[in-house]
Amino acid sequence: MRKVTYKEALREALREEMSRDPTVFLLGEDIGRYWGGAFKVTKGLAEEFGDERVRDTPISESAIIGAAVGAAITGTRPVAEIMFGDLTALAMDQIANQAAKIHYMFGGQVEVPLVIRTPFGAGVNIAAHHSQSLEGWFMHVPGLYVAVPSTPYDAKGLLKTAIRGSNPVFFCEHKLLYPMEGEVPEDEYIVPFGVADVKRKGSDVTIVATLYMVHQALNAAKELEAEGISVEVVDPRTLAPLDKHTIIGSVKKTGRLVVVSEDCKTAGVSAEIAAVVAEEAIDYLDAPVKRVAEPDTPIPFSPPLEQYVIPNEKSIIKAVKEIA
Amino acid sequence: MQLNLSKEKLIEMYKKMFEIRCFEEKVFELYAQNLVPGTIHLYAGEEAVAVGVCSNLRKDDYITSTHRGHGHCIAKGAEPKRIMAEILGKKTGYCKGKGGSMHIADFNVGMLGATAVVGAGLPIAVGAGVSIRLRGTANVVACFFGDGASNQGTFHEAINMAAIWKLPVIFVCENNVYAMGTRHSTVMLVENIADRAIAYGIPGVAVDGNNVLTVYEAAQKAVERARKGEGPTLIECKTYRHKGHSRIDPAKYRPKEEVEEWLSKDPIKRFKQKLLQTKVLLEAEIQQIEERVSAEIEEAVKFAIESPHPSPEEALEDVYA
Repeated sequence: MRKVTYKEALREALREEMSRDPTVFLLGEDIGRYWGGAFKVTKGLAEEFGDERVRDTPISESAIIGAAVGAAITGTRPVAEIMFGDLTALAMDQIANQAAKIHYMFGGQVEVPLVIRTPFGAGVNIAAHHSQSLEGWFMHVPGLYVAVPSTPYDAKGLLKTAIRGSNPVFFCEHKLLYPMEGEVPEDEYIVPFGVADVKRKGSDVTIVATLYMVHQALNAAKELEAEGISVEVVDPRTLAPLDKHTIIGSVKKTGRLVVVSEDCKTAGVSAEIAAVVAEEAIDYLDAPVKRVAEPDTPIPFSPPLEQYVIPNEKSIIKAVKEIA
Repeated sequence: MQLNLSKEKLIEMYKKMFEIRCFEEKVFELYAQNLVPGTIHLYAGEEAVAVGVCSNLRKDDYITSTHRGHGHCIAKGAEPKRIMAEILGKKTGYCKGKGGSMHIADFNVGMLGATAVVGAGLPIAVGAGVSIRLRGTANVVACFFGDGASNQGTFHEAINMAAIWKLPVIFVCENNVYAMGTRHSTVMLVENIADRAIAYGIPGVAVDGNNVLTVYEAAQKAVERARKGEGPTLIECKTYRHKGHSRIDPAKYRPKEEVEEWLSKDPIKRFKQKLLQTKVLLEAEIQQIEERVSAEIEEAVKFAIESPHPSPEEALEDVYA
């Protein structure tokens, strides 16, 4: 099968959906013909679809998301890009109070088919305002769906589902994944929400991981296999809805769980997944749940400091060995 | 006051203004009877703004509204009985009881909903403008907000964005002098909020917001400009709320003389006098209109009171579409 990068896969999804549906349009800072997005995801799309459907905006995050909300409730399907995940804080009212609540507080009168794409993730030395992983914030907001694709295949399929849906989707990307290659079929496909993917089968320990951490978990699993520990890696692919069934199914089989997430440990993604398993499958656990997550700090600048706080293969292996 | 409007139109405008006043007086009464859960923000005194603007709009044009939004809903053509039912938390309300007084929407008449976050409606109106442009219709969006909202960052972001894209949005600032208890002169040094339009390269006009015909004229110009694709306008309507900010706020921060002066400029009384002076309507005709409207509002109240509450477990519905 042909291989494309995560970035190209996202661009293909945007291009295909824009071709399919004339009400799909993009807006964001520097996404147009002069730059093509800070990470080049939208490169070439303004030339292809015109400046009205690939709108370069002023640096006004609140108005970007607010405009996407207003457009979504009046018959179009906006896909907004926020250049860095940390900057979603500037648009938090429009995301959490408006986009997420409009369908509910207006009694289901209107759908809000809107996608917010943004990259999270540390590891490229751009410090505290461009590196944090904040998936947990959005997972906490009723009314939002949260997608966390880890591969080019999932990125394309999930983005197409997001654009075609009826609800606001917070679509998390990862800076280190953009150049990563993976198999993506030529033929059209979509990836449904709420369906986890078992990225590797195993029998001794379950690792639940998302985004870039899926790859760290897979590397760890390979090393652990050499030491005789069989690891299953479950990638939820969407945090909301969360495929509890697959996660719990895997835990029932292995009896051991390590949750790996790049967001902060406290009240984050790993906390929620651990709680779900504790609540619904504690009788199947043969050991305490382990969490490998960012240690509740902002992301520091200096490379040794930054590397210290990002979960990695080593910290995952250590956690697995503590319970295996 | 110019009276170049048809008699029919003038009657419709008077009827709407009176309907809003009558509605708000009933809400106040029901509140006093403990029938309204939560809080209320009454529009009484500001009727000329909603009616002056919405009388220029088509049914499929859009508006966005605020926590003080009952008047906008009625002016845009939403049904009083379903607004009242929503205010009382009933299943028959526009939002099935999930929204309440501060979150009424009626998408069938282009009422895109009231947001209770001050200033949050401005970017949403911009988005409706983008959507109109993309879908290629000739519609416009009227965005209502208060003097308080003009100090939010969204005011700047949204008006600038609408200006650069020449979007069909009319930004209508209802300057009712106080943001809750904060007098506008203590939180901004410009006398006219409309002057801020200069910063965005668009027209800004300050008008007597208690004169429905003045508001109508300003909005007419802005709507025409928007429909022609020439971009947004900022209209500041200087007005005053008759009651306090919310619930039982006695509004003691307002000097007595100031309140009296504004009450003497009651937009409904003024419009009525004008209609009588110019012989558009006779006293008896006005009385007839008022009686009919009062009866309709009584019906709305009856409908709302007699409507059932939603069943508790409906709280779990409508989170996702």
